[in-house]
Amino acid sequence: MKKLLVLSALAAMLASGTALADTSDKKIAFSNNYAGNSWRQAMLDSYAIVTKKAVADGVVAAADIFTTADKEVPTQAAQVQNLILQGYDAIVINAASPDALNGAIKQACDAGIVVVSFDGIVTEPCAYRVVVDFKDMGKQEVEQMAKFQPKGGNLLEIRGLAGTSIDDAIHAGILEGVAAHPEFKIVGSVTGDWDQTTAQKAVATILPSLPEIVGVVDQGGDGYGAAQAFAAAGKPRPTIIMGNRQDELQWWKEQKEKDGYQTWSASIAPGVSSLAFWVAQQVLDGRTDIPHDLLVPYLAFTQDDFEAALPKIPKGGVASHEYTQEDAIAAIKANIK
Amino acid sequence: MTAAPVETGPRGSSERGKLARARLLRSLLPALSLVLVLLAIAWLNPRAISYFGFSLMLNLAIPIALATIAQMFVIAGNELDLSIGTFVGFVGCVTATWLKDAPLVGVVILLASIGVYALLGALIHLRNLPSIVVTLGMSFVWQGLAILTLPKPGGKAPDWLLSLMAFKPPLVPFPIIAALLIAAVVYFGLMRTSYGVILRGSGGNAAALERAGWSLLKTKIVLFALAGLFGVLSGMALIGITTSADANIGNGYTLLSIAGVILGGGEFVGGRVSPIGAVIGALTLALAASPLLTFMHIPPDWQVAANGAILIIVLAARVLISRRER
Repeated sequence: MKKLLVLSALAAMLASGTALADTSDKKIAFSNNYAGNSWRQAMLDSYAIVTKKAVADGVVAAADIFTTADKEVPTQAAQVQNLILQGYDAIVINAASPDALNGAIKQACDAGIVVVSFDGIVTEPCAYRVVVDFKDMGKQEVEQMAKFQPKGGNLLEIRGLAGTSIDDAIHAGILEGVAAHPEFKIVGSVTGDWDQTTAQKAVATILPSLPEIVGVVDQGGDGYGAAQAFAAAGKPRPTIIMGNRQDELQWWKEQKEKDGYQTWSASIAPGVSSLAFWVAQQVLDGRTDIPHDLLVPYLAFTQDDFEAALPKIPKGGVASHEYTQEDAIAAIKANIK
Repeated sequence: MTAAPVETGPRGSSERGKLARARLLRSLLPALSLVLVLLAIAWLNPRAISYFGFSLMLNLAIPIALATIAQMFVIAGNELDLSIGTFVGFVGCVTATWLKDAPLVGVVILLASIGVYALLGALIHLRNLPSIVVTLGMSFVWQGLAILTLPKPGGKAPDWLLSLMAFKPPLVPFPIIAALLIAAVVYFGLMRTSYGVILRGSGGNAAALERAGWSLLKTKIVLFALAGLFGVLSGMALIGITTSADANIGNGYTLLSIAGVILGGGEFVGGRVSPIGAVIGALTLALAASPLLTFMHIPPDWQVAANGAILIIVLAARVLISRRER
């Protein structure tokens, strides 16, 4: 009996050994449902940079990008079905809907195709999900705030796009953070849609009705707009958490040079697309120990390192990070524990 | 335009032959463009031309075909429905929630929504309102109701619907059988029955019909109710394929359905529509927009534009030929 076990273990090792040999004949497709903002553009750029090199190095045979013409679910479902027909071995997907694509995703899995979703994830159990820990990001915002404003005080919260899972998660994290730091109190909440102008308008509207604000906790893309609204209203400048956008970091730099202004910045790196690519490659490589839900870290900048990153961000863009195969292996390892 | 030959008197036989040829070409054009798109797909990706391939490529064309038929009924009465897309989305949300959890309530809601469509027809006729304005307004109502029914994407299709849409008949893929069935039923109902003639006549020559004693109010109500019925079928078919719903799931169908009717040989005015053409038009659009594009390996920056270009080329060919007919 023991002998049999050892033998089968050996056989399994051999089998996985050959599977690990290479993925050079594998084709990976990227199904993307929207390309119309700076974050998505940066996401596509990061993906293209990493996959071009991977193809040139012979790690995979092909890594093609497909963007649908509209943001519609049926269009992307049809696209996934076409990718199945084209014989791709894996599909990396930023999905239009977490649930409504499940039919097509299941068909892909049934055809033996590895599906890795990120950012816009899919809930179909057979797919992999690369998820950024947004809840922790929200909690961390309050933790950082406690460092800059040790006495505590009133906070203003700027929410993201209503009804999305990301907005939900960050908000839950912020609430958790405030519960752990009772010296802070959220006195107002507005919807900024992750957009400077929307946030500026929303903050400007609520400001007159608020007591003194010591800090703004937000979701990224809205920090600069909030700063503008405070300045326009002639209110004292609070500690505003930033979200890695170029204009936000630029403003932070100006304030820091003026009077040593301190804050913290965090957001999901658009380059998480490249991480999803490597996860797909690892699965194709024959690894069977990868959990289907992978929690990966967000990209954060502190007082000391944000200025070094600033010149690399295009105007109107957002800080990104291209992940390597080693990053992916490390991220997978962190999730297996 | 159709009356033109009568007014100008008898024509030469050669001219009449030319007209007949153009008519034939016009009725063949939808089928021709479908064959062209299929050939292009076969050339780009031979693997797609198989039982499995057709099942995958065409199954999302069924809800489009049903929505196109719905639009066709409205266009037959010289009106336009800009709310069919969000209506399909609303039906989808009801299908994924009420119809599964409380089938009776779900059925009542869906029947009531068909009733709303019929009332819209009556409203448009009685108050002589432009249908574009009324249905554009309704599109926001349906969208709002869809979000109320399903605030976050999710829900699940009823099991019987899932197994129906996943049905795998021998030899011929299910989507093709479904398309043939839809085309045959609607063709018979609208083109081969006497009331079908009346319905089309309400778009062709309303004044004559009225003088002959037919109720235009009734024809408009029937046309809109039929549009509602096929809209409901479209939403249910869509959810049967995607398995779960999203409030925005049908938004793209409004324009697709209009393009499908026109591509299939229909006209915006005059009650000239073709059920078989509309189904073929919907299939062509569904194939040209997505599989063809994916198989062509166009750089991502150009994919969106290429999608539009294909639609324009296909529709332009149709317009060129109907021009010749005049």
